[in-house]
Amino acid sequence: MDATTATGVKLSVSSLSYEVGADGHRRRILDGVSLDVPGGRFFTILGPSGSGKSTLLRCINRLLEPSAGAVLLDGQPVAQIPVQTLRRRVGMVFQTATLFDGTVLDNVLYGPRLRREQLSDDAVGDLLERVGLPRDFAAKAVTELSGGEAQRVSLARALANRPEVLLLDEPTASLDPTASAQVERLLVRLAAETELTFVFVTHNLEQARRVGDRGLLLVDGKVIEQGPLAAILADPETDVMRLFIEGRLTGDALSPAGEAAS
Amino acid sequence: MSLAPAVAGSHFSFENVAVAVVMVAVAVGLSRWRRLDLERDIVVASIRAFVQLMAIGYVIDLIFRSHSALAVVAMLAAMIGFATITSAQRLRGLPRRYGIALAAIGLSSVATLGLMVALGIISRDARYLIPIGGMVIGNSMNVASVTGVRLMQDARTQRGLIETALALGASPRQAAQSVLRRAVRLALIPTIDSTKTMGIVFLLGAMTGMIIAGAKPLDAVRLQVVIMYMLLTAVAVTAVTVGLLVVGSLFTAEQQVRRLGEAVEA
Repeated sequence: MDATTATGVKLSVSSLSYEVGADGHRRRILDGVSLDVPGGRFFTILGPSGSGKSTLLRCINRLLEPSAGAVLLDGQPVAQIPVQTLRRRVGMVFQTATLFDGTVLDNVLYGPRLRREQLSDDAVGDLLERVGLPRDFAAKAVTELSGGEAQRVSLARALANRPEVLLLDEPTASLDPTASAQVERLLVRLAAETELTFVFVTHNLEQARRVGDRGLLLVDGKVIEQGPLAAILADPETDVMRLFIEGRLTGDALSPAGEAAS
Repeated sequence: MSLAPAVAGSHFSFENVAVAVVMVAVAVGLSRWRRLDLERDIVVASIRAFVQLMAIGYVIDLIFRSHSALAVVAMLAAMIGFATITSAQRLRGLPRRYGIALAAIGLSSVATLGLMVALGIISRDARYLIPIGGMVIGNSMNVASVTGVRLMQDARTQRGLIETALALGASPRQAAQSVLRRAVRLALIPTIDSTKTMGIVFLLGAMTGMIIAGAKPLDAVRLQVVIMYMLLTAVAVTAVTVGLLVVGSLFTAEQQVRRLGEAVEA
């Protein structure tokens, strides 16, 4: 614990693999993924569709069980943390905001109520303000919300659990351009204002450039390059990274043969 | 058409049945005319119904004559067994489906029948236990299938909602609460509605049989009421049991949503 807090690593993934399918038809979605996320930072996982980004996030909060490898939270294997405690500490926001029936308030209180915790109206109002919604939105029915508002509510709902890490699975991908830009700015602001550690997944290169900080490129379940995002995007060391940046990464380049042809 | 009408004496002859085959012919004719391509199914179903019912008629006749309590219990157990297999086959892909169907159908029918017999409301006579038991088991079977199938479908379509709840720290049962509630409610609606409209829309089962057999309508009505109350309890117990057990099977020990397509029989 002391060693990890000293180096500031909040979340660490080592040699993580995830396979699906029965014997004979096994398919490897993640292949030996290792990464370190410093505490309080914004970590971006960039990669094309189908590269295993969402699977990686789901292995972190154990919505999926990895086939091999480990995920460490504050140096402790997540498999040793009671699942519900882990998921309280490591929150998640999905691509489409799936809200529970009822009001915005019902949704924000969902997590705390599971643990029989009270949350004052003031605290709920503060949460809504933090995600850029008016305080009186609490009474609104979820059916009246726009896509952008719904995603903000799902963010407030995740924050109500007071997580230490927030996993964001393409949270702006299903929003219109305006709402997408607003939610993106909100996330960057939250990252700057709080101690929260963000793990942000996107397929959008321009978005990755804008949100910056540290990150990696994931292709075909493998980490291609990892480091300060601005640096690795400006000066790619691998052909795969170069092809991705140029928008020329095709199915062939994803295969081991394509990767080898350097 | 020189046949004597059968209804008056409630004695149906094979000749009466043979004439009723006209009904099947009409159905087959309709199917052919509208190209429903169901002729074969209709004929097979009609023959099966005849053979199965004849066979069961002889079996029940034997049990009645034997005056053996063991034979009654064996008959009810066999019915529960067939109901379990029928229901479990609907839940393909779900781990422990036979155990789930057996637990739900067995628990609800044994509990309701046992209670009614223990309270002295229903005689332990084969004449009562077998037909009433058949109704209870049959209704439980239908409700078990509907609840289970609906839950499996909803778990797939509402996966996002369930995983959202899990990701917020909900237990599997909390995460599946809304789909569980909906599936159980849906499965119970037909029984509740037929109880509501009993006597207005439906003159079902036992009462119809008793009236045709010449019983006094008020006797028939009282038995029908008892049976409906029993069925309500039986289907409620079945739906809730199936619901809770299926929800258990939808998740892994690590509280993850199980991929049912890849589910291995446990």
